[in-house]
Amino acid sequence: MRFAKSVRLAAGIATWILTSTTLPAAQTNVAVAANFTEVAKEIAAAFKAKTGHEAVLSFGTSGQFYTQITQGAPFQVLLSADDARPKKLVEDGLAVPHSRFTYAIGKLVLWSKTPGLVKGEETLTAASFSKLSICNPVAAPYGAAAIETMKSLKVLEILQPKLVEGATITQAYQFVETGNAELGFVALSQLMGPETGSRWLVPQELYSPIRQDAVLLRSGASNEAATGFIAFLRGPEARAVIERYGYVLDGQS
Amino acid sequence: MGDLPPDLWQSVWLTIELAAITTVVLLVVGTPLAWWLARSKAWWTEAVATVIALPLVLPPTVLGFYLLVTLGPNGPGGLIASLWGGRTLAFTFEGLIVGSVLYSSPFVVQPIRNAFAAIGDRPLEVAATLRASPCRAFWTVAVPQARPGFLTGAVLGFAHTVGEFGLVLMIGGSIPGRTKVLSIAIFDYVEASRWREANILAGGMVIFAFVVILTMTLIEKRSAGGRP
Repeated sequence: MRFAKSVRLAAGIATWILTSTTLPAAQTNVAVAANFTEVAKEIAAAFKAKTGHEAVLSFGTSGQFYTQITQGAPFQVLLSADDARPKKLVEDGLAVPHSRFTYAIGKLVLWSKTPGLVKGEETLTAASFSKLSICNPVAAPYGAAAIETMKSLKVLEILQPKLVEGATITQAYQFVETGNAELGFVALSQLMGPETGSRWLVPQELYSPIRQDAVLLRSGASNEAATGFIAFLRGPEARAVIERYGYVLDGQS
Repeated sequence: MGDLPPDLWQSVWLTIELAAITTVVLLVVGTPLAWWLARSKAWWTEAVATVIALPLVLPPTVLGFYLLVTLGPNGPGGLIASLWGGRTLAFTFEGLIVGSVLYSSPFVVQPIRNAFAAIGDRPLEVAATLRASPCRAFWTVAVPQARPGFLTGAVLGFAHTVGEFGLVLMIGGSIPGRTKVLSIAIFDYVEASRWREANILAGGMVIFAFVVILTMTLIEKRSAGGRP
């Protein structure tokens, strides 16, 4: 009797496992550059509503993710803030070669919470502030673009002692948000809420375009949710969201 | 080793400087506090001790968040900074000292408190009958007897400040020579895929930690053996 009971129980468990794994929804882990945080959340929600698949998002710097992926991090998709690292991952054999494409071109903004403080490049040349926040220029492309902008304007040397670095663009934004830095270089997408303070959209000729590339990682090649997410990112719905957040789409600039 | 970037050594020295100053501040502030905690009979003594012990449990991000807000121009930190014309204590070496003192306090106060408590009332009563003032009894009886506690507290406070990361990441701003301490430098090197520099610093930290813990164990062993 007891034996029959446990057989029935085992059969029940087996059925439960089988049915639960044959559910159509799959899951994928996506590494997202911090500047794309809000957009990625919105896209992931739309992706789930449409396909039932779930994209689990992690946010950080492109450099951090690159290092982690070379060490076997369990991501299937990378939305980088640059094109160099996805390219390197393809060369390293860690990403699927033809999956790489530019999903957005980022825009750099000089922003302050104080109305009237940021007027334009003269704000940088006058340098009448104590702290200017940027993100780590080695690990985060927006930090590199900020440095390039200051170099183009020949103010980097004067401003160097005033620079404070956030580990990610989100932190660079936070430093300004909490008032610890008077102004900072952030991504346009971070300023999409109600317009506050003062801002200057840095002209494109002052820094090389921030081409943000997405790539399907090797481990995601056979993951339905991962390939689906990459395809969705190329589609019209995602593109509309990306554009709404102030990014330029490839082939439009 | 001569071709290593100078910012590597800069962060090493900065870390030692930060840890040393934090330890001194904690010994000065922590000793009377530990004495009071060990001797007080007030019902709220343990509440105060608990507040000091909080950093043991709280993630560094909690302290980092509060400090980012309070050190800023809208908090008391901004007020203090305005004394010398600054706007905020965040991104400054002074700000890191404030953070480290709070963060490492349990590691200094706790061992000293325990050492004071272990002395008991008797030696101090004897000192009083020999007409020593409370102040004199403190310096000539309590402090020498609590020496192992001071040593443990100083070593732990120093080491814990060296090992701090999350807090500095949140309020430091990674400024070379001012707030870019060792742990942040390692983080930056790893993010930039500069394994060689990361390896040197990380390896150095492992050796440092080994020496600290070994020293601690030897101190404790010696002080335990010294007692009848």
